[in-house]
Amino acid sequence: MSQDEEMSSANNLPAEQDHGDGELAVKGDNPFADPGLPPHEHRRTDIDEKAANRAERQVAFLFLISMLATIGFIVSYYAIPKSQIVYIFLLGRVSALNFSLGLTLGVALFCIGAGAVQWARTLMSDVETPQERHPIEADKETREFVFEEFKAGAKDSAFGRRKLIRTTMFGALALVPLAGVVLLRDLGPLPGKKLMETNWAAGKRIINHNTGEPLKPSDIQVGSLTFAYPEGLSEEDEQFQEKIAKDALMLIRMRPEDIKDKTELDWSYEGIVAYSKICTHVGCPISLYEQQTHHVLCPCHQSTFDLSDGAKVIFGPAGHPLPQLKIHVGDDGFLAASQGFQEPVGPSYWERP
Amino acid sequence: MAVVVVLLFALAATGGLYAAFAPAKKAQADTSAQSLTVQEGKKLFAVGCASCHGMNGEGSSDGPSLIGVGAAAVDFQVGTGRMPLMQPGPQAPRKKVAYEPAQVKALSAFVASLGAGPAIPSASDYDPAKGDVAAGGELFRTNCAQCHNFVGEGGALTKGKTAPSLKGVSPKHIYEAMETGPQNMPSFGDGTMSDKNRRDVIAYVYSKQGHEASSPGGMTLGGLGPVTEGLFGWIFGLGALIVVAIWIAARTSKVRKS
Amino acid sequence: MKAADWADGRLGIYGLAKSNLRKIFPDHWSFMLGEICLYSFIIIILTGVYLTLFFQPSMAETVYHGSYTPLNGIPMSEAYKSTLDISFDVRGGLLIRQIHHWAALVFIAGMFVHMFRVFFTGAFRKPREINWLFGFLLLVLGFFDGFLGYSLPDDLLSGTGVRFMEGAVLSTPVIGTYLVMFLYGGEFPGNDIIPRFFTIHVLLIPGIMLGLLAAHLILVFYHKHTQYAGPGRSEKNVVGMPLMPVYMAKAGGFFFLVFGVIAAISAIATINPIWQMGPYRPDQVSTGAQPDWYMGFAEGLIRAMPGWEIRFAGHTLVLGVFIPLALFGLILVVLALYPFVESWVTGDKREHHILDRPRNAPVRTAFGAAWITLYLVCMLGGGNDIVATHFHLSINDVTWFVRIAFFVLPVVVFIVVKRWCMGLQRKDKALALHGRESGNMVKLPHGEFTEAHIPLEPEQLYPLVSYDQQVPLKLPPAVDENGVKRKVSLNTKMRARMSAYYFGEKSQIPKPTVEEYKEIASGHGGHH
Repeated sequence: MSQDEEMSSANNLPAEQDHGDGELAVKGDNPFADPGLPPHEHRRTDIDEKAANRAERQVAFLFLISMLATIGFIVSYYAIPKSQIVYIFLLGRVSALNFSLGLTLGVALFCIGAGAVQWARTLMSDVETPQERHPIEADKETREFVFEEFKAGAKDSAFGRRKLIRTTMFGALALVPLAGVVLLRDLGPLPGKKLMETNWAAGKRIINHNTGEPLKPSDIQVGSLTFAYPEGLSEEDEQFQEKIAKDALMLIRMRPEDIKDKTELDWSYEGIVAYSKICTHVGCPISLYEQQTHHVLCPCHQSTFDLSDGAKVIFGPAGHPLPQLKIHVGDDGFLAASQGFQEPVGPSYWERP
Repeated sequence: MAVVVVLLFALAATGGLYAAFAPAKKAQADTSAQSLTVQEGKKLFAVGCASCHGMNGEGSSDGPSLIGVGAAAVDFQVGTGRMPLMQPGPQAPRKKVAYEPAQVKALSAFVASLGAGPAIPSASDYDPAKGDVAAGGELFRTNCAQCHNFVGEGGALTKGKTAPSLKGVSPKHIYEAMETGPQNMPSFGDGTMSDKNRRDVIAYVYSKQGHEASSPGGMTLGGLGPVTEGLFGWIFGLGALIVVAIWIAARTSKVRKS
Repeated sequence: MKAADWADGRLGIYGLAKSNLRKIFPDHWSFMLGEICLYSFIIIILTGVYLTLFFQPSMAETVYHGSYTPLNGIPMSEAYKSTLDISFDVRGGLLIRQIHHWAALVFIAGMFVHMFRVFFTGAFRKPREINWLFGFLLLVLGFFDGFLGYSLPDDLLSGTGVRFMEGAVLSTPVIGTYLVMFLYGGEFPGNDIIPRFFTIHVLLIPGIMLGLLAAHLILVFYHKHTQYAGPGRSEKNVVGMPLMPVYMAKAGGFFFLVFGVIAAISAIATINPIWQMGPYRPDQVSTGAQPDWYMGFAEGLIRAMPGWEIRFAGHTLVLGVFIPLALFGLILVVLALYPFVESWVTGDKREHHILDRPRNAPVRTAFGAAWITLYLVCMLGGGNDIVATHFHLSINDVTWFVRIAFFVLPVVVFIVVKRWCMGLQRKDKALALHGRESGNMVKLPHGEFTEAHIPLEPEQLYPLVSYDQQVPLKLPPAVDENGVKRKVSLNTKMRARMSAYYFGEKSQIPKPTVEEYKEIASGHGGHH
């Protein structure tokens, strides 16, 4: 006998008899004994026919209200125009149709329930009766019988003896799910370099998101915030959503002397800096830019980046700075990318260098 | 009394003249027609603003320079009660406006005289009826919702700063805020947004926060999304159902044996 | 009669009815919490089927020209457009949508409360451990199905959640990018995620849930319901009223009550007004982006986590996202496994049908309270921006509070709740032994004043004294009777230590005994 078995021999458990077993104790002998179920007390409706009749009328009244409410529901459905807005106290200006449909349906359903419960509470018997439980576990004989039967069955199958059958069967069963796994392959393409690349490339002009026009340096004032996408991207594109999910850009302008990071300054143009709008945490479009502190906050998880210092993470769960896009002014006077992003935009992943 | 009436009349007249002649959003110069207003503004400024911003708006350690911020910035800051500042804090909150409209105008005129900056917009610039709500919604979600929420309920910024709710903000002040970028808000000036863009945004905000705004589904629960919905669901949904369950399981009252 | 005979001849219904028609159920409001979940689940299925009649689970781009003019001319997906149509062009569609969503919130809130009723009363003990696990799985599946459903309309809020999921899956070491490509059918957002979510949301998960639900209910019938201690109630019986007719009326009626309440709520309060949020675009976002409440604690874990990233050999290990994800699973699993830990500690192999009062199991109760505290702290973190704006706090301070409270508060709550339980046990003991305070002052012969106590009636006394109280396990003597040193396994040592913690004198007050009671009753201890 192992120590564990010895320890679970229930010598630390209280005796089953601690609970009453429903037998009435002899009063005075054991004050803690189970006094047994208290005698049933009558409700008014049990003994007073008038009260019972009143309860019946209450229940019927509830069912009646339900019927009226259902009729109200149907009438509302046909009578109230879809677009009608009404002012309702405390609720504000709401759809008349939604309000009346919901309320009538609610009342119709609630009254059926309330009627049924009231019926049960007042008119159905409330005598509490005990019912015996039976142990879930089988008795010893059944248990032994089952084991015998199982052994006999197992012996019949020769499962233990004919090892070849057993081994090959397990092999077959283990292999067949692979068919299902292989079928999942076409759920999507392999990642390849997809997450590493954006549409930004050397010479691509920077298009103002709001106006659709290419941006000039004079468009961007100190303290302003401008969102942009690369030239050539259009909302009509088949892949617009996938592209904008990586290409979205924000531009701000600082006094060049406020830029603390050397690379940031090199990659800026007269204080104009361009950063990816996609948070490096889990990819929300980060853009809560505070023009006095130059901090930009992500609305989803509050990662905070300092745009005057290489977009360094100064708070929150993001793991690395926002990627910066190197910009210059082209011969045409418009702002353009000097090169693509030098690192993947958006959230981190295993293959990210 | 008569002096006040005359003064008010003069102020109204200059305001009207200004609206008629001043080209919108052009730097305004200190013309003789406005000198009265500027004079008045200078006096008000000396009393209410100069302690922080300096006698001539040159700024001090307590307040930024106002040279070149323009009339629109003053009209926004003073016209929404943010200035004069009552107590230092993460940012100046909106509160009761301390000046009469004419005084706000005078202050604006004075600050505008210190250096060229955005002027107070004309009514046609920000008339919500002239904007396209749908296009404005799209612009709002791109440029504004990240701080002010989908429908302009406001939201949190860093270190106790907030983007305020846009409820009850007049179209003019919304326009001025976009134009001037008050406090930590970035500006959305001409280079960033066209006139039409700004009108569309104002039309959108007005449709969500104006008195015509409706919520077809019922109470908006603050327009804050799942947080308040969850609270409401727990308290009024599950809470009500537990009360019902208690009623169902409660003992029906018994006849007392007396 | 004839129809019943016909059915019995083919289905054997009389055998089933014999044991079940007048089956006894105990009456208590806390036993109806599970019913709230069952009924809201049915409501969700009914309304959900209705919504599928109109909803288009497609990400194909279209331009809106429907009756909601503030979105006129805006490009959007078919999914978003059809949700607008349900809300504005299908009469009653908005109501059904709101019922569906409110019922989902109530469903999961109900499961939570039901689960903790079961937890704090020890109803998960043998023979009900498997049913506990079924219930737990239903809760977790409910979380995920809720998240998927919330994502289907393809609005700006839910799309942000779907994007979050992309970032979260990407953080999986080694295979993250592959998982994302396979899940989204290419780069985010692609054209596949909504239709795929749709199938999982309406078919796969509800199908599994229905199976689990059936098993859950069958086991409730088979085990018979637990009951609270009371006169005439024992481990061997169940006291209450019969299924037919009382519970048919009460439980059947409750379904209508639940449906009625949720319909009324849907009439007065809007939920997920997607037309306010606009269609999803990956470059747009709104502040206050939160998931539905039940995912709030995962959101809090993510928000409070510092941004740890480890770079090595050209790879990045995104701990800042992956640790919260792992914690999310771990925190849930700890709760699921608790019954097995407790039965390992107690070594109790008996069936339990009488429920514990939470105070009589202080360690369990304290653990449950600590778990809920952890959950709430995380949920607070998930709404840190809303908390900051509404209580005029700094969002950074709120986040730091969450970071510290995550470790500190559950421990504090554990200690406080355990002591509270012990205090209540002491109070119960005094009440059992001395009876109620009568309010009458009595002067004793030697001049002391004392308040007279009235002994409790037997039916009041019995529930206070009839509970189980275990003694701590004792390790066998270090040396056996032959003088040979015993080998005690580590498992046994740990069990003994845990048992001493659970049932030692720091965790429970010894039960009143008959001897103590008799001694006090005979007058020796009357002046307390």
